[in-house]
Amino acid sequence: MSDASERLLSTPPDLVRRRRWGRAFELVCLGTTVVGVVFLAIMLVDILIDGAGWLTGTFFTESPSRIPSRAGIKPALAGTLWLMGLVALIAFPLGVAAAVYLEEYAARNWIQSVIQTNIANLAGVPSIVYGILGLAVFVRWMFALTGGRSVLSGALTISLLVLPVIIIAGQEAIRAVPGSIREASYGLGATRWQTVRHHVLPNALPGIMTGTILALSRAIGETAPLIMMGALTFIAFVPEGPRDAFTVLPIQIFNWASRPQDEFRNLAAAAIIVLLVLLLSMNAVAIWMRNKYRKEW
Amino acid sequence: MIARTARFSVSAAILALAACGGPGGEGAADGSALSGSVEVDGSSTVFPITEAVAEEFQRMHPGTRVTVGVSGTGGGFKRFCAGETDISDASRPIKDSEAGDCRRNGIETTELRVAWDGLSVVANPANDFADCLTVDELKRIWEPGSQVNNWSQIRQGFPDRQLILYGPGTDSGTFDYFTEAIVGEEDASRPDYTPSEDDNVLVQGVEGDPGSLGYFGFAYYEQNVERLKLLGVDGGSGCVRPSVETIESGEYAPLSRPLFIYVSDRGLAKPQVQAFVEFYLQEGAPLVREVGYIALRPDQYEAERAKIAGAGAAAPDTAAGTGPGQAGPDTTGGE
Amino acid sequence: MTIDPTSRPVNVDPDGPSRDPDGGRGVATAAGQARVVAGAPHEPGPRLTGAGRALKERAIGALLSLAGAVSILTTVGIVVVLVWESVGFFRHVPVRDFLTGTVWTPLFQPQHFGVLPLLVGSVLIAVIASLIAVPLGLGAAIYLSEYSPRRVRAVLKPILEILAGIPTVVYGYFALTFVTPVLRHVIPGLGIFNALSAGIVVGIMILPLIASLSEDAMAAVPRELRQGAYALGSTRFEVATRVVTPAALSGIVASFILAVSRAIGETMAVVLAAGMTPQLTFDPRESVQTMTAYIVQVSLGDTPFGSIEYQSIFAVGLLLFMVTLVMNIFGRGFLNRYREVYA
Repeated sequence: MSDASERLLSTPPDLVRRRRWGRAFELVCLGTTVVGVVFLAIMLVDILIDGAGWLTGTFFTESPSRIPSRAGIKPALAGTLWLMGLVALIAFPLGVAAAVYLEEYAARNWIQSVIQTNIANLAGVPSIVYGILGLAVFVRWMFALTGGRSVLSGALTISLLVLPVIIIAGQEAIRAVPGSIREASYGLGATRWQTVRHHVLPNALPGIMTGTILALSRAIGETAPLIMMGALTFIAFVPEGPRDAFTVLPIQIFNWASRPQDEFRNLAAAAIIVLLVLLLSMNAVAIWMRNKYRKEW
Repeated sequence: MIARTARFSVSAAILALAACGGPGGEGAADGSALSGSVEVDGSSTVFPITEAVAEEFQRMHPGTRVTVGVSGTGGGFKRFCAGETDISDASRPIKDSEAGDCRRNGIETTELRVAWDGLSVVANPANDFADCLTVDELKRIWEPGSQVNNWSQIRQGFPDRQLILYGPGTDSGTFDYFTEAIVGEEDASRPDYTPSEDDNVLVQGVEGDPGSLGYFGFAYYEQNVERLKLLGVDGGSGCVRPSVETIESGEYAPLSRPLFIYVSDRGLAKPQVQAFVEFYLQEGAPLVREVGYIALRPDQYEAERAKIAGAGAAAPDTAAGTGPGQAGPDTTGGE
Repeated sequence: MTIDPTSRPVNVDPDGPSRDPDGGRGVATAAGQARVVAGAPHEPGPRLTGAGRALKERAIGALLSLAGAVSILTTVGIVVVLVWESVGFFRHVPVRDFLTGTVWTPLFQPQHFGVLPLLVGSVLIAVIASLIAVPLGLGAAIYLSEYSPRRVRAVLKPILEILAGIPTVVYGYFALTFVTPVLRHVIPGLGIFNALSAGIVVGIMILPLIASLSEDAMAAVPRELRQGAYALGSTRFEVATRVVTPAALSGIVASFILAVSRAIGETMAVVLAAGMTPQLTFDPRESVQTMTAYIVQVSLGDTPFGSIEYQSIFAVGLLLFMVTLVMNIFGRGFLNRYREVYA
């Protein structure tokens, strides 16, 4: 009957209502997603406006000064690069070794699961607690070795901070290497270390590197632990050795942002721009590496 | 592979940085160039002067490295008497207990006056009813247990506006001095205000709240004149506002005070520290004024320099080039 | 038995050498994998006898286990350091006074050591942050998971990741120089240091965390559940709200808990924007001090080693550590629960 077929072809009224709710809801959800994006955009534009004009050549070659037009980030930038270099040297081998141990060597018993849980917990500990640890152990207790408030102490503390991240990323990368590769290697009579060294690690390395770079990009922005270790002082020189005093970009930003004069606020914004550029480049390298070396297993 | 290239580039980067880090290292081969470290810590009030001096000094002697911390006068003395620093900035004289600590650790110290300060009481620029506060009123506001939370409680005729207080933290010499001079007992203060060792934070606080009241060193007012309203203090002989004249003459009472640096004998044994202190006293006056404090008279600076004249040890490569026109007493005695 | 890593095994590779040997689809066959094994980069090593090789293996194993032990050492170190100094602190201050006192003036005479103002300060900021991050993050997760077309997702997800990667100092700077002035136009009586603007900024900081964890949880919900609902005539809205979200609930709850834990541990944004006044208040317009900000404040002043003010850092640090630890354990418990159900 035409009446029945009409009812079949037209949309029932309650479905129209439900669909309308659905569209409204979809818009709301889109809106919430966009809020974050908009916030980011406002923040970046504001910082660019405040700071872009201050990114002169002298900004990179001068040290902090009481006179804003003379001030620069050379010691802070050098300190940041020093810190990152040392952290990479310390945390990368340690993290990879721990990941290899947990995935390839450790028996799957309760000890291993305790270590795993422990690492996951450490990843969530607030960074300032690491600062307390670093202050007590590296600055005070190990004073003779580290030179007290030095780049080395800072690097050791930050290494402990990013170690869980590197280990977890390393474990995932190693796990992604198919078991059949290992078995083929064992089948040919290779030992465990040979298998790991020549087959597992090379294939897992891109994933590990990506994770490490992402961990370092987190470390580059760390401020609180380093403040606790006395990096907040007037420093007008570049560190020449691991036992030297130092300051880093985030602390310089904090320092300048705390001053009420507008010029110092602008300097802080300019330093933020430098920091963000560093950060974005590191992330870009990590993503490029991830895409280039992605293997289809 | 990748790891090796990465590690290589990291090491290369560090080496490159070390190379451009600065000329020479410890113990310069070139006998006339100063090098080595000078560690300073202490008062945030004195910090702007020391920072300016350190900056200019390092421009003249690029081989030296001067670090200046802001742990507060008290914190600075603790490190100083533990032998961790060469020079301690202080906005009040060293306490007997602190001097005792230093002596116990075998550290002899020399007290040097470097500037005058007038502790300034400031309010928000929107405050149009208060121009002057008496010492009594200040005491009632700041003493421990004070319940004064509103301007109307301070004086008849003040409007009903919430009082928000800002002041230095307890490690600050300014705090010690203010509490002693106003409340009558050192370190006696109500705790419910915004404390900060960083005077910049205080400036921002006072600038931001219409009902605010704060105190800090004169230089921090001078550097932020358009953001703050300076109040006069009536110490019994009328309302006096801090200025170069009233502070120097002592008329701005009881909040005029000298600012100090303390040097240890161990520090003076290092030629770069000796040179730094001499530079401070010799070239410091214009910097003091630039920063916003009140400089001593030239003869007063001479007197201070005389205090460290014979104090430095005969270091083997005592640099003679410590500053222009070095006509004053020398360190080695073998000149 | 010795292994010569340079020799090619003769008894595999029935497919012949025609395939691409360095990965790609060639690796999918057993032969291909054997070729990978044989052709993998290496240098000819020293020929060791079996016994020497075994010793080297054991040594390497021991070395690696040391690396694994570093993480244990770290935790032990944290606990020992915090507890050691806190014990000294609690000899002077009874634990009950510490946990229930409402006045925190460790640096003034008379000294009071009631930690509640700090705790409430941290909680206040975390609550404000959650009020922002939870609805926004959840909405974003639902949109990305259920609604967004591939191309939009490919743009939005990286942007959220960037938001998560920005250092907290930058957020603090932004709160102080932009958010606070803007808010002061809107809200009268807002102090220049206040909990609200710090809370807002921390909320934006943890938003990506909630969004990505919730989205992972929703993605783990099997397609069959959705398809069954669609087959019964549900709209996308109903599937999202009545099927997927309840199914992913434990993951979503986990994301909330972990995000709040992160907010409590946040330091720099709070130090710059929220002020340093430890007062027990729930008014977001006031200036407050969090546990983390107090620790920073004391270290800025370098209090004397061994004094009770110094020890108070560790007591507060211990409290902070325990609070975040408990929350993290709960959060991960919820995460494991949803992973178990759908893995």
